[in-house]
Amino acid sequence: MTFSEFIHMGGYGFYVWTSYALTLIVLLANILSPIFLKRKVLKDITTKAQRATRLQQ
Amino acid sequence: MASPKYFYSIAGTLIPWIGSACLLLTLAGLYYGLLVAPADYQQGDSYRIMFVHVPAAWMSLFIYMVMAVAGAIGLIWRIKLAEVIAISSAPIGASFTFLALITGSIWGKPMWGTWWVWDARLTSELILLFLYLGIIALYNAIEDKRTAARATSILAIVGVVNIPIIHYSVEWWNTLHQGPTVTKFDAPSIDISMLIPLLLMAGAFKLFYAFVLLMRARCEVLNRERNTQWVKKLAGIS
Repeated sequence: MTFSEFIHMGGYGFYVWTSYALTLIVLLANILSPIFLKRKVLKDITTKAQRATRLQQ
Repeated sequence: MASPKYFYSIAGTLIPWIGSACLLLTLAGLYYGLLVAPADYQQGDSYRIMFVHVPAAWMSLFIYMVMAVAGAIGLIWRIKLAEVIAISSAPIGASFTFLALITGSIWGKPMWGTWWVWDARLTSELILLFLYLGIIALYNAIEDKRTAARATSILAIVGVVNIPIIHYSVEWWNTLHQGPTVTKFDAPSIDISMLIPLLLMAGAFKLFYAFVLLMRARCEVLNRERNTQWVKKLAGIS
């Protein structure tokens, strides 16, 4: 099997590769989302704590 | 044992191991699925969509059941960690449901000649997506997270009625969607060269769920335990 045959997928290349690309996008989004979420939560905790100390002063 | 602090640290240790195992299984599954397995005698190479479509669809049901069971445990025994697992599962399950629908649609176009039909399997899977989205919306709409968890758990448990409908839809109603080929009681009617990559990918998707579930659950734990000493220390205050 040559590389171009592999990409061609017997005429179904568009459908097969679109499916796999969408899968990759969805999986990556699932990995990135909690990474950003963690950053957001930690930032939220520190800003609220800073506001609380400012109010005490 | 199920204390949030302990969970946070043990999950942190497990995540890279589960992620690596998932990556290995994925690579093996892709190798056997795209390079080793022969073309199908009826569907040509288009059937290779199955290796992402079927595991995604299985996960959409599996994650829903995990969410409903964890939700029920949270409701009955008031275990915080069960609530965290339930609510962290929702967006992951929604994304797998979306993936099952979209890859099915892309597979349906060349095989059935249409992107979409309103038949039992496709419609019940679409309802599953709406259930997931409803659960996420309900959780975010309620300020107090423990009340929110209770409300979403009840919705999740009620929605379980949809799960057998999805599973048996291809047997109960006439549909374009093909019947089960793996979970039949007699021997699976799928060739071993195609079964191996399918099972590898199914395993990889399960590990992926565990991988991202732990990451999400850790965020949820941080958010809920924000007033405790260990989270404050972790966030760099006090």
